[in-house]
Parts: sequence; structure tokens; C-alpha cells
Amino acid sequence: MSELCPKSASVVVIGGGVTGLSAAWWLARDGIDVVVIDKGIVGWEASGRNGGGCSHYQSPLFAEEQRLWPIMDELLGYPTEHRPERIIIQREQHALDHYRHVGAMCRSMGYQVDDLDSQQAQELVPLTDETCLGGIHLRFGGHANPQRTVQAFAWALQDLGGRIMQHNPVLSIEVKGGKAAAVITAKGRIECDALVVAAGPQSGMLLEPLGVNFPVTSARAEMIVTEPAPMMKIGGVDGNGLYGRQTLRGNLAFGGGPHEWIAMAPDGPAARPGSPLIRNLARRVAEMFPKAAHLNVIRSWAGVIENTPDGRPILDRLTAPDNITVASMSGVGFGLSPASGHAVRDLVIDGVCSFTDIAKLGLARFADLPADWREQRGWAA
Amino acid sequence: MTFDKYAINGKILPPVERFDVIVVGAGSAGTEAAIAAAQAGKSVLLVDENPVSGAAMGNDTPLFFGGRMTAATQNSARMLEQVFASNPALEAAFEAGVDVRLGTAAWGLYRNGPAIDTLPEAMLGLVDHERSWMAGFGQLVLATGARDLVLGFAGWDQPGVMGAQAFQALLTRYDALASRRVLILGSGALALESALRAQQRGIEVAGLVEVLDTVQGPAELIAQVRAAGIAIHTGHALSATRRGIDGVEGATLVSRADGAQVALDCDTICLAIGHVPAIELLAASGAQPDDTIALVGDCAGPAPDMAYMQAWARALGQHAPGDTIVCQCEEVTRADLLGVQPPRYLARPAPMAARSLATLAADGPAHPDQIKRLTRAGMGTCQGRRCREQVACLLADATNTPVAQVPTASYRAPVRPVPLELLADWDEGQAMIAGWDVWFGIPTQWTPYAIVGTPEEAAHVSIVGGYSHV
Repeated sequence: MSELCPKSASVVVIGGGVTGLSAAWWLARDGIDVVVIDKGIVGWEASGRNGGGCSHYQSPLFAEEQRLWPIMDELLGYPTEHRPERIIIQREQHALDHYRHVGAMCRSMGYQVDDLDSQQAQELVPLTDETCLGGIHLRFGGHANPQRTVQAFAWALQDLGGRIMQHNPVLSIEVKGGKAAAVITAKGRIECDALVVAAGPQSGMLLEPLGVNFPVTSARAEMIVTEPAPMMKIGGVDGNGLYGRQTLRGNLAFGGGPHEWIAMAPDGPAARPGSPLIRNLARRVAEMFPKAAHLNVIRSWAGVIENTPDGRPILDRLTAPDNITVASMSGVGFGLSPASGHAVRDLVIDGVCSFTDIAKLGLARFADLPADWREQRGWAA
Repeated sequence: MTFDKYAINGKILPPVERFDVIVVGAGSAGTEAAIAAAQAGKSVLLVDENPVSGAAMGNDTPLFFGGRMTAATQNSARMLEQVFASNPALEAAFEAGVDVRLGTAAWGLYRNGPAIDTLPEAMLGLVDHERSWMAGFGQLVLATGARDLVLGFAGWDQPGVMGAQAFQALLTRYDALASRRVLILGSGALALESALRAQQRGIEVAGLVEVLDTVQGPAELIAQVRAAGIAIHTGHALSATRRGIDGVEGATLVSRADGAQVALDCDTICLAIGHVPAIELLAASGAQPDDTIALVGDCAGPAPDMAYMQAWARALGQHAPGDTIVCQCEEVTRADLLGVQPPRYLARPAPMAARSLATLAADGPAHPDQIKRLTRAGMGTCQGRRCREQVACLLADATNTPVAQVPTASYRAPVRPVPLELLADWDEGQAMIAGWDVWFGIPTQWTPYAIVGTPEEAAHVSIVGGYSHV
């Protein structure tokens, strides 16, 4: 991709996060001329900095997510570090009971979940000890490396002829005759037949001038990473109030705990400083893995995540302008990305998702949303 | 307005102690600042991470010790004595009423700013050998000194290759340098001083190497080095090292003009090309120096001469085969880095062959953090202290950019490796415990899609609610 701004593309995707990149890749697989525009670098925000979980039983995209993850390396041509299965361990009875309930629910949905007692948990998770009361073993789902996966989507898209323009903030969307006709970017105007808005925290601001209320609000969340620990057979282990995984290098990467609602500048989050919360995360990792408590924490980071009022995705093709498809995964987007891109592709080309019903993820559910919805939830910055 | 139980507001506790002034780093600049503040009637805390543990030194933290510590560094009582003995001003600081704490590292600096507004006050994270805690301050003086500027060459990843800051620290502060004959890379003031100090302490100096055609340091120091009979090989690069059971045994220099080689015996190769201001606390916090935060001493700059650094990196790189390690922690080679290849525990599928630093840069100005996440260079336990500048130089050359224009790979807290059990807050407040959720605690987020909008939804929300993650 040169710095030259293309004059036009069949589909312009605003946002080089994992959802936008996957959507563009799915479109390019159909031979569609697609350009992804990002204000910075692909996957620079929450898409590249998260727990890497891929086990979203609650989503209508779940079956497609489960179908795709094991074959993503092959489809993309680049490694994602996907590994199957997850274990959730707990050291407090109420938390164990809670997750056993979640496990039972997944079983009732047709997925295999094994309940683990303390002994079984210790055998599967050698970094824990007898303080672990037990857990659940999901024989589905898994985890992958967010940073590597985002780049894999970007490269796979390029290999199919798709273009990516980095460091090019979108200034506005030009509407003509009831359609999105072009995107005005810092580097020029790009005409399009169809538009995908997957700009995460910035989506609301981009759509507002079009009279589209796209209700999202942003918060900062934090994670810590240790030096490598001895490899566990199943790296997708978390619990004790944490989400995360052991990476294929052995690092323990975990997040969780309180978030901070923040105001969003038009050009995105100004900075992502961490907070002393890393001490509370360190405590919980040390409790969860007593045999790794001596390991050094070597990094932390914070990411900015957008949420919708009900915490569920928005995946919808607008009625006006009717050539705009909007996508926000409401803070749970990485794992579902192979499937969310497929859904967006379907909405752009066919106007309807081909493989599952996503009608309940439409914007219409927020038609009567009060203007002060953030304040009502205590989500105002 | 409703209160979000799971938001961070009110959960981060105030610091457990507070001082008018905290000084980080008990070198001459820091000690002086601490004494001055105490004499002005302020309550002053002066912390210094030295003596660092033998384990930290073995991991080249905070300096590039290159495994050339004597066994004395394992004796923490002796090391503590050495730190006092090497800095008489510490005694004066005690007398002035400064609270001096050695073996105490600062790992994080936190202040409210554009994307964080819930801290009760500005605070500094500290850790000693037993615990971590937060300390509040009216003013913060960073006197964190400088770290070693490390550039790689064939064989630099073996014991005996070290930085000039570490060399001098082991030589003078700790009296614990296990070197007998040292080859020094560079010919600026740092290199010349290192040579003179080594010789004064009975360490043989095999010579100095300078890739440029002229000696770089001040004339007076050059004269002293020449008078001491130390050879300075200008217009030479280091092309090979000889490996022995205890690391470096010798090096080969090559003339940049005619390729003539010089073989030298040495058990230590000291990188004295420059040093880098240790600004990681400030950089990780996103803060800038202002009325409450000051930088004094070597951490205030200047930055190393970037053109000189790049000249050295190029000269050394010309003789470094593709399998030369760049990142020791993650075992990333030059070839891996230039090809933005994934680590060796991953397969390298065919399309990867077409990818490189150059193609990455063609997609827009590349950032060292992209290289970190693709190759893992800089992601290891030394926190990038040994490869940060090498990666910047390689990226600069691969993209025909002056290295001064390459952004710095980001710093993250904790800026020193801190064990989980020490970093952990074992006294967190009840609000943190009660208001902790794995994710956002949004009650409707985890409802199975099939029951959304059905009578069953309410039951799910009441039982599972927001307390879930997968």
C-alpha cells in the first residue's frame, strides 16, 4: 500500500481492527475491491491487546467461530497461534459454583464441558495447587494470539489484492442520494459503492452527522504479562476473577477487574496509561498459580474498549444510508472475528447474514434509548 | 447518576506513605537533590535499586552486566556495604534527615491525565526484596541515571560482552568485576574513561576500537590513554569473537579500509559507544517533566549521538551473519528481524517468505512495537534493555530512515521485572474486592442469543449476570 490515496474502491472499511480486517478479508475472498482505512496502525487498539479468548457460547456467531478457528491458519496463510479448549479454575466456592452453572448451561447447548475437582484441576493445571477448589474444562473454544492474528488478517487481505491505508484518519462520510458516496480522509476522498463502519470507539462520532445513533461508550481495561512459565498442556487457563492465557512462549498474560469509563477524542484515545491496578492483577495471578508466584511481571498494558448499552454486538446494515454496514462487537470482538467478518460480508453483499440469525443484534433495539443512557448506567466519563 | 459498581472509581487506594519530595536514584545528582530538599525543611525519601540482586544482574537488569560479576555480588550484605562505601554523600543525606532506602526500586509512576482520572493522587510504585507499595509525593526528582547502549555483533550473546555502565558499576561501586583483559568498543569520553579506570584497577586493556577514522573523545583523555600505552584501533570494526567455556576469549578486528585483520585476546568486550538516559519511568507513565516532576543527572540527557550509534550499528552489522542474535531473551536473529518472522516455536508458512521489514514499512511508517509483536524482539525478561537500540537501528536502515526519526519502542510498567508475589497488593481495599468483575459486569452481555428477548432471559440475567467471561 503506497501513501497515495485511492480515488475509489467498491467497499471502504473504516477501522483496521480485527472486525474491520476480517470483514475486508471476507469481501476480498469474493474478489471485491476493498480498502481498509485506519487512523493509525492495524490492530493497534483493543484488537491487538486482549485476552485472546475464542469461546463465545452466548453469540449467534458461536458455531461459525468454532468452525473457523481451527482452520484459520490455513485460510489466512499466516499463524494465529490458535489452540483449542479452555479451563476455568476457581479458589472460592461461590465462584466455582457460578462457573459450574455456566458450564452446565454450555452442556445444555450441546457442548462438552467436564467438571473438574481439585485433584483433576491440579493435574491439568500444574501451576496451581491445593488451594484450587476445582473448575470446568471446556472441550470447545480456545485461544489465539491477538497481535499475530490481526496482522495475519491484514497480510491475508493484501495477498488477495485488498488495500490498507494506515495513518489516515477518516474525517467524514459523504452522503449523496441516500447513499454513502465517499469517505473523506486526511489523505483524500475515496468514493465507494458500500461502506463498512467498524471504527470501535470512534464509530459513534463518525455516524452521528448522518443522523445515525450508534450508541457506544469507551473504557480502559488493563492486563499484565509475566516472564515465561513452564508450558502447561492447555494454555487457555484462567479464573479467580481473571481472563487470559498462557502464551505459546510460556508467558502468563491476564487481565480483569475494574475499568475506567473515559471520554473519547475524535481522533481516538489520547493515551493508554495503565494504573496501579496491575498490583491487584498480580495478586490474583499469584493466587491462581501459586507455583508461578515467583515469576517476574515484565509488562502491562491498557486498552480502550467500546461497549454498547446491553454489552451485545451491533451488526447491522442501515436502512438510511442503505449501503452502510455497521459493526461493533462491544468488547468481545477478537475471538468472534473469523465469524463477524463473515457476517459483515454477508450484510454488505446480500443484506442478510447467510449462516445464522443476527436480527437481535440490529440497531433497532436502541430506537428508544434515552439520551442519558450512559449516566443511567454509571458509564459516563 | 448511577454508580457503576465495577468501575475503577474509588478502588485505587491512596498511597501508604507520603513525602514532600521523593528522589529516585542515589547517584551524585540524586543524593545532592535529596540533601538540598531536606535542608530546605522538606520530608524526603531517597530510593535506589542498588544493590540489585545477583539474579537481577544475571538477567542484565538494570545494566548490561554480561555475566562478568564475581561471586561477591551474591552476598547482599557486602554489596550494601559497597554501595555506602562508594558514595560518601549518602552519609550526609542521612545526617540531613533524608529517609534513605537502598535495594528499593521504582517500577511505576502514576498520575491522572487524559485517559485516567480516578487516582486519588499522583503516586510512585516501589518495591524492595519483601514487598511493593505506593508512595505519594509533592515533588518527584528522577535521578535514574543512564543505561547501557547495546549494539550486537557476532558472538555478543555470550558471557563477557557487557556495557560500559555495568563495567564501571562493577569496577567501582561494587568492586566485583570478573575481568582480566578488556577490549573496549568506542573512543568517546565514556570509552576513554572506562579504559583508564580499568587500567588503574589492574585490568589489562587490550585496546579500543573505533569504527570512524578519528578518535572521538576529548584531547586530554586521548592523551592520557595514549600515554598509558593503550592502542586505539580507528577505522576498525569487530568482525568475530572467539568463544570459550567462560565466554569471550578473543576478538578479531577488521580494518574498514583494507580488510586487514587484527586478532586480540580478551575475556571481556565492553560496549562504550554511548549510554541512554534511563527515562523509562516517565515514558511508561505518559507524563512530561513539569512543576512536580524533575529529571536530574544523566537521565536528563543528552540522548546518545544517533548518527554515531547508527554508524556503529552498520559497521558491526556488516560482519554479523543472519543468525546473529538481536534479542537474547527471545532468541530473535538478525534474519528473523529483517524478515519479520514469527518465533521458532511457530511454523513459518510459505507466504511469510514475502514479508520483511521493508514490506512492513511500505504499509506506512513502521513502529518498533509492531516488530515486537511480530518477531518478539524486545518482549523478553530484560524488557528490551539489550535490543531496543539495535531494533531501532535495523528498522532505520531497512527503511532508509535516520534512526532519530524512528519512534522508540514503548516502555511499560513495571519498568523493572517484579515478581508477582511482590507486585501483588495483598492489602487491597474492600471496594476492590467487592467491585471486581472478570470483564465489564454488564448483566446482559453473556445471555445466550437464543434466549435474548424470551421469558428465560430474566432468569439468566439474575443468575449469571455480568459475572462471566470465555
